[in-house]
Amino acid sequence: MLEASALTKRYGDKTAVDHLTFSVRPGIVTGFLGPNGAGKSTTMRMLIGLDLPTEGRATVRGRSYADHPAPLHEVGAMLQARAVHPGRSARDHLRTLAATHGIPSRRVDEVIDLVGLRSVATRRAGGFSLGMAQRLGVAAALLGDPATLILDEPVNGLDPEGVLWIRTLLKRLAAEGRTVFVSSHLMSEMALTAEHLVIIGRGRLLADCSVADFTRSAAKNTVRARTPDAELLRTRLAGPDVTITGDDTGDLIVSGRTAEQIGRIAAGLGIVLYQLTDQVASLEEAFMEQTKDATEYQAVA
Amino acid sequence: MSADFVTPSPAAFHGRVTQTRVLHSEWLKLSTIRSTYITAALTLVVTIGLAIVTCWGQSDHYAWMAPDLKARWDPAGWSQIGFTFSQLSIGVLGVLTVTGEYTSGMIRATLGAVPERWPVLEAKAAVFGAAALVLSMIGCLAAFYAGQTMFAGKHIGTTLSAPGVAREIFGTAFYVTLVGLFGIALGALVRSTPGGISCLLGIITILPLVARGLPENWYNALAPYLPSNAGTDITRLYHTPHTLYPWPGFGLFALYVAGTFAVATVLLKRRDA
Repeated sequence: MLEASALTKRYGDKTAVDHLTFSVRPGIVTGFLGPNGAGKSTTMRMLIGLDLPTEGRATVRGRSYADHPAPLHEVGAMLQARAVHPGRSARDHLRTLAATHGIPSRRVDEVIDLVGLRSVATRRAGGFSLGMAQRLGVAAALLGDPATLILDEPVNGLDPEGVLWIRTLLKRLAAEGRTVFVSSHLMSEMALTAEHLVIIGRGRLLADCSVADFTRSAAKNTVRARTPDAELLRTRLAGPDVTITGDDTGDLIVSGRTAEQIGRIAAGLGIVLYQLTDQVASLEEAFMEQTKDATEYQAVA
Repeated sequence: MSADFVTPSPAAFHGRVTQTRVLHSEWLKLSTIRSTYITAALTLVVTIGLAIVTCWGQSDHYAWMAPDLKARWDPAGWSQIGFTFSQLSIGVLGVLTVTGEYTSGMIRATLGAVPERWPVLEAKAAVFGAAALVLSMIGCLAAFYAGQTMFAGKHIGTTLSAPGVAREIFGTAFYVTLVGLFGIALGALVRSTPGGISCLLGIITILPLVARGLPENWYNALAPYLPSNAGTDITRLYHTPHTLYPWPGFGLFALYVAGTFAVATVLLKRRDA
């Protein structure tokens, strides 16, 4: 269980994280979404006490991260893949972290096997590819068998097989009853992995809801109608809350009327419909819609 | 890859962070990096090599030396000339011990594991200090005996039991160790490799040179208190004007190092990692 209450981080007059309040529950994967520069990494750093909040509080099971006597058993974190001395082997890197908590080297070998790095465990980590470094970061996070995992962009730099591996691993960790908090700037990735979403933009909370609720509320649902009498149908559908746009296929894209209503009106007019379909916006579109005003770096059209 | 691996094997561990464990972790860090061994080997070779070359040369000069110089003849001091190199190699290694973690990003993992933070700096200093002291002791003693061998033929050497000699030899080892700890403190303060090394070299080697540009009475008043001038008083047999006595000088240098450490410790706790 992770909780942020009015969590705020200011650098000079720039506010990176602005009174964020949310909680992350155990047993499910919670996606932490936001455009680049939204404050995701800063928030995660504050959760594990690396950055001190300007205001507010971040807690792990009711206590500040730093107040836990064995933090690696509470939270396993991967905040940046390359957090390894390039001259040290993967195994030695994990041994130095394990030593702080008296974690036996048997466990070090277990996590190395778990992330599939056994064949390169004694090689200097400086020569690792981004994907291998990412796996080593996950191994370090799992070292203490923590109840909570915080992973910043874990799929970055992974090949498709690696992405699938992370996805499966995260779901399995959540199914074991752990709290899993994963950041990403890709809604599509979170749609496949997460059940719950915390979405931020410019440091502010935009949404804290289930993936299903998010799609339902944020999506602009429209109906696509294909008919040879498009102009007639267009004039008859018009109303105060109705917007009708066309696309290059000549179809009408209607919002403000349900498919049923359109069907009845068409039937009343004797208009032939070739197609009448509900259009559900993809998660990615919904996410872009939600965060378009809160994007830190936006191209000027 | 089996699902069972996520949960640890039976007889699971229930560790908590202790200072002893952090010490063990820091020892692993120091001993699993190749540059530690390269620096150690290089330091020993240069320290002993310089002792041999310098003492061989001085044994040749001795015959023509002016009487006042002969009166201040310091055969043990000549054998310790290699500290001018080892203070830099050990000092730079001290800087790197800390800044290497910042440049690689390892510091986030380290402070994530030990969020109390100050035990990390304390353990780094203890482990590095102990290793540097052992290495310096070996280097200084070996350099001493190697140097005296060069003097032996002319019977102008000395022994460890002669007055002040043990203080010179072990004092040199203490001084080099303290420079290493100074490197750690500066590294923790500056958190950048180039910055840390510049500060260390600036204070240890450049500051005394710059001070020479001051008017004579200013220099005489100020120079004894510069960190490396005070610290190296212990490496010489005879006291010279406008320097501190060996132990007070060493004590002052130790205070400079301790002060830097104190500031670094406070900032480590307060700064974002």
